[in-house]
Amino acid sequence: MPVVGTNVPRKDAAEKVTGSAKYVDDLAFPGMLHARTIRSTIARGRIRDVRLPFDRAGYTVVDYRDIPGRNAVALIEDDQPLLVEREIRHVAEPIVLLAHQDRDALLRARVEIECEPLEAIFDPQQSVQVLKDLRIVKGDVDAALARTDVIVEGEYRTGHQEQLYIEPNGVIAVPENGGITVYGSLQCPFYVHKALRIALGFPADRIRVVQTETGGGFGGKEEYPSVIAAHAALLALKSKRPVKLVYDRLEDMLATTKRHPSIVRHRTGVTRDGDLVAMDIDVLMDGGAYVTLSPVVLSRGAIHAAGPYRCDHVRIAARAVATNTPPNGAFRGFGAPQTQFALEVHMERIAETLGMDPARFRELNALRPGDTTATGQRVEADCSALQVLEQAAQRSDFHAKRERYAGTNRGIGLALFFHGAGFTGSGEVTLASRAALATSERGVRILVGSAEIGQGTRTMHAQIVADSLGIPYDDVETALPDTSSVPDSGPTVASRTCMVVGGILQRCAEELRARIGDLHPAEHFRRHGPTVVTKQYEPPHGIRWDDDTYRGDAYATYAWACDVAEVEMDPDTYEIRPIHFTAVQDIGKAIHPTLVAGQIEGGTAQGIGYALLEEVVMRDGAMANAQMTNYLVPTTLDTPTMDVVIVETPSHHGPFGAKGVGEMPIDGPAPAIVNAIRHLGLDIRQIPATPERIAEAACVSV
Amino acid sequence: MRTAAASLDLVRPRSVDDALRSIADDPSLAPIAGCTDVFVGLNAGTFAGTRFLDLWPLEELREIGIRNGAISIGALATHTAIQESPAVVSRVPILAAACREIGGAQIQNRGTLGGNVANGSPAGDTLPVLAVAEAVVVLRSATQERRIPFTSFFTGYRQTVRRPDELIVAFELPPLDQVQWFRKVGTRAAQAISKVVMAVVGGERPRVAVGSVAPTVIRCTRTEAALAGGATFDEASRIVESEVQPIDDLRSTADYRRRVCGNLLRRFGTETQR
Ligand SMILES: Cc1cc2nc3c(=O)[nH]c(=O)nc-3n(C[C@H](O)[C@H](O)[C@H](O)COP(=O)(O)OP(=O)(O)OC[C@H]3O[C@@H](n4cnc5c(N)ncnc54)[C@H](O)[C@@H]3O)c2cc1C
Repeated sequence: MPVVGTNVPRKDAAEKVTGSAKYVDDLAFPGMLHARTIRSTIARGRIRDVRLPFDRAGYTVVDYRDIPGRNAVALIEDDQPLLVEREIRHVAEPIVLLAHQDRDALLRARVEIECEPLEAIFDPQQSVQVLKDLRIVKGDVDAALARTDVIVEGEYRTGHQEQLYIEPNGVIAVPENGGITVYGSLQCPFYVHKALRIALGFPADRIRVVQTETGGGFGGKEEYPSVIAAHAALLALKSKRPVKLVYDRLEDMLATTKRHPSIVRHRTGVTRDGDLVAMDIDVLMDGGAYVTLSPVVLSRGAIHAAGPYRCDHVRIAARAVATNTPPNGAFRGFGAPQTQFALEVHMERIAETLGMDPARFRELNALRPGDTTATGQRVEADCSALQVLEQAAQRSDFHAKRERYAGTNRGIGLALFFHGAGFTGSGEVTLASRAALATSERGVRILVGSAEIGQGTRTMHAQIVADSLGIPYDDVETALPDTSSVPDSGPTVASRTCMVVGGILQRCAEELRARIGDLHPAEHFRRHGPTVVTKQYEPPHGIRWDDDTYRGDAYATYAWACDVAEVEMDPDTYEIRPIHFTAVQDIGKAIHPTLVAGQIEGGTAQGIGYALLEEVVMRDGAMANAQMTNYLVPTTLDTPTMDVVIVETPSHHGPFGAKGVGEMPIDGPAPAIVNAIRHLGLDIRQIPATPERIAEAACVSV
Repeated sequence: MRTAAASLDLVRPRSVDDALRSIADDPSLAPIAGCTDVFVGLNAGTFAGTRFLDLWPLEELREIGIRNGAISIGALATHTAIQESPAVVSRVPILAAACREIGGAQIQNRGTLGGNVANGSPAGDTLPVLAVAEAVVVLRSATQERRIPFTSFFTGYRQTVRRPDELIVAFELPPLDQVQWFRKVGTRAAQAISKVVMAVVGGERPRVAVGSVAPTVIRCTRTEAALAGGATFDEASRIVESEVQPIDDLRSTADYRRRVCGNLLRRFGTETQR
């Protein structure tokens, strides 16, 4: 019986529900030490002296001189040191590592760091250090703008956002067989593997990375585990003992990556009838102190900056700059939530300027199959921007409510958006991911490095494999993501785990079926021993991308969605309460509808936090509210009822028609909510739209 | 930085008298009740004490009852117990309302009224209620008992008149016949620390108390006098805006808090004066 499209029990459900699943802090090894990181307390400066005025017996101490390989976090660039040598570039930068058997002894150790402070830069607009810049050009914007009679301009800002996975970053490094094994809470075992290779200077086969059960990531465990894993490994190698390094919430919030703050400027030409003529867009992102993933965050942000709209003349100038704050990095949506927030609030303002219904204005301009995006990509038959818009307006009773709420404390607003699945541009070709299937006593075993981080990877992959092989779901097992025994299926990011990795697994299953004939794989295993099929990613036919000009097919395909937010304002406290939310999202095919709805609901809740509550207060380059008391994320009581509608317009690029689903849900809530606030007569162009900001706007508007 | 757990000591008394003797002998002992504030302080390394006196087993400090016409609430009464007390619900519903908005269910099950007051945070949600109810704080040491008007209990930011050898044993709330009103503003619907928290009592002698707008909870005496003298709520709300002394901090701004204070008082007016 086919299982794709059904809500089979999660592969990890029993263990997680009964509490037997082991997270990294549940693990212990004989002789294990605990570790602590000594960090900078200033945003920029030079280290003059490091003193350890305590009896060092029983302590293992590591600084940059203990790094056998290169003192660099290997990622896109190697500019970020694992441990500061002399130059401090942000608060909470790691300088010295300590390990001890006793946690209390660790806490007691005092390390004195004497620094010469230097002037720091916190405002990205003042920064001259460009980490990446790029331009996307379609048509002739200047000429087109010169011809249009209506031009609308605006500037939109978004703040940092903390991923706030429930389990903080943590690893255990174990010296083993002349090399090192790292167990950790992470999204990308092979990223960590590469980072360790470079930091330790070890050959690949002496490094092993094993993903333990992981309590959420949201991008926050894409690049940071490379840092913490290398730290634990250095201590383990020096002490010759297993070393556990698990952050507490404060340290995790203070030191690890956040969503890039952004400032986006729009200048848009439209005809009086509402046709988009030209879009001139400037994107600035604050990358923090080091490059990390900023170039690719910027690139996804820029590609999504013109939204799901057709326009012949588009210019997007984007740059990411450095400031003396902890590096910003991957977070669900990866640049697209920032730029689509700006665009969708701007679109609302254009409709307002034209005196046009906001849904009608979007309908006029939405991409249809055959139209081209800003990069010149021709969207295919699975482009359903119009359908999701229409359905969302209908389901939410948008037009009637817009009239009914007018002049009350209630408002309704919508946002139309899209999200490219998989790595940007030529990313997937460069990655060349591999996945494998092996016959087993039970049936087949999936061999991938893709991480289950709560989103359902194991379950969804097993469904795809079960149906592709025509065997029961229960006969599919998944190997532990262990770099010594699974192929590199690429990082668990970019809404690629279903569409891209699932697609490779489907091809593995088809080939395995061809090889074993009609036999059940378990039967074949009994008769012939193990059979393993490994496949590599193959770029779809007809996909072209030019990294130099940013022209071409930025993604194999896109998912499409429309969110409608209804809010209520408290006139005494200026608090905005979302009261109902409609999310219509076309993700190609819901392999597991409950998991998909979970992604949409969770992403929406996280987007509501981004829109209204979540403010990282930066003081002198440090997060001043690095506690859950003062960094407010929505509770269940802050989350409205949600009407989630899953639309399935299949894409021929993904298994069973599936596209990406993980990230898109966080692109829409912020603009939908801010547009609902606009319906109340309040001009908000910055998120989070805290009561303090609403109060200011109310003062101006009244 | 985190306090090392192995460095902590706990003394468990068998009775209130036993507890009072313990802190008389060793005033460095910090009393702990539900520990919901203390744990946060230990985790952040901001709580100075390392020796603790565990009040939690002292049942006699949990009692809620009527004594000489006043409600007496034991210091160890939890926020949940207070919400469930018929005496509180019928006589001081705004105290039950304040307790209902503290943290979430788990915190309400552990956190106590005594802890909320002794902790002395200007954002403590029950404090404005106790201030407008003109509660009396009952302090007891091994040698004496003192009754301090709630409005004289705090002497500064997290400073109280409690001496190190004293425990808060109870609060006494005189009868309240006038209309009463409470509102917490915390932005998040649960688990939120107040940006502004206000309690008001109407009638002949109006009383207005606000939390999170000064180093301690304050009674707004100028506003009260204006209301008693027949000022309109518009006028009174302008006075309250000038009377509070909020600051910009991690959680909010002075401007916002001031404006919201005015709005809340106006809302009290429209909701109760018809
Ligand atoms: C997640 C969370 C959410 C919270 N939300 C809120 C909220 O919304 N509103 C709010 O007001 N508070 C909130 N708090 C704070 C706290 O829960 C309350 O202040 C609670 O009432 C404290 O009571 P306790 O019994 O736990 O005090 P404890 O932590 O045990 O003690 C607090 C202080 O009071 C002293 N003390 C306790 N009892 C006595 C006594 N009988 N005599 C003398 N001294 C004593 C202790 O020495 C200590 O200094 C929250 C706390 C947490 C952790």
